[in-house]
Amino acid sequence: MKEIALHILDIAQNSIRAEADEIRITLSESLASDTLSLVIADNGKGMDEESCRRATDPYFTSRTTRKVGLGLPLLQMNSGMSGGNLTIESEPGHGTTVTATFRYSHVDRPPLGDVSGTIALLIISNPRINIIYIHGCEGREWSLSTSEIKEILGDDAVTDLSIVSSLREIINENVAEVRKFQPSYDKY
Amino acid sequence: MEKLKSLADLKRIREEAKEKLELRVKGDNPEGLVQVKVAMATCGIASGAKPIMDFFVEELDKRGIGAVVTQTGCMGYCYAEPTVEIQLPGQEPVVYGFVDRKKADEIIEKYIKNGELVDGIIPVNYEKID
Repeated sequence: MKEIALHILDIAQNSIRAEADEIRITLSESLASDTLSLVIADNGKGMDEESCRRATDPYFTSRTTRKVGLGLPLLQMNSGMSGGNLTIESEPGHGTTVTATFRYSHVDRPPLGDVSGTIALLIISNPRINIIYIHGCEGREWSLSTSEIKEILGDDAVTDLSIVSSLREIINENVAEVRKFQPSYDKY
Repeated sequence: MEKLKSLADLKRIREEAKEKLELRVKGDNPEGLVQVKVAMATCGIASGAKPIMDFFVEELDKRGIGAVVTQTGCMGYCYAEPTVEIQLPGQEPVVYGFVDRKKADEIIEKYIKNGELVDGIIPVNYEKID
């Protein structure tokens, strides 16, 4: 995975498979504390202690189509390589929270990538799941959710392919606003 | 054009474009839509499934084809990622492997528009993964 955005797409897929109906994705950046954190929290079926412990083992997976499961191990590798770490908290029946941290300025930290496009794709391809995206930066934050879109634009809007580019633009504009007090963010 | 900043802006623009939209959406019922499922497990994403999904979303809309684009998990064809499952209304699904933008374009033009099969089908019986 070369971008944080691809990790988001990948880990959110775990939540979808866990039959979550709400996935909360929080990306927080801070140059002041030199950290980037990504939290993906769902209310899916969760994992028992054993599965939770083995989730970062590349040879452990709940799938039957193949014998490896690399999503969490790759995220763990990327965060570990850039001076951060990965934690997983899960409770059967209540959901799972995956937290990955990175040192912001670390040379091995993957770039953010197309986060807005990723969120837009997740929203339109999972109309029944309430996707909540929160972007934080130095104490400011902005958020968007599927339920908010449904409320303003109507239920069927979230499956309309033509809104993807508009959603991407709205996310980009607002995230840029949240970050703009710090011109130095632009180089990331 | 002014920049889109809020969902309210988007609502206004959609209302302005409503006539065009209604023509398209009301024209087909959900069963009459083409289903495009892009495999988006770790293997698919690592092989570039996201730009392919972007391409389908953008081009199907641009070319005025009523379709639902969703993601699926891994079907075990990791070697052939990105894979895309296409189901035309009332037909059995077909899975294409090694899909790049060129192949995706060919799939839209030949298979989705005309029902003409194109190279790159993964020829096995498989069970659908939801």
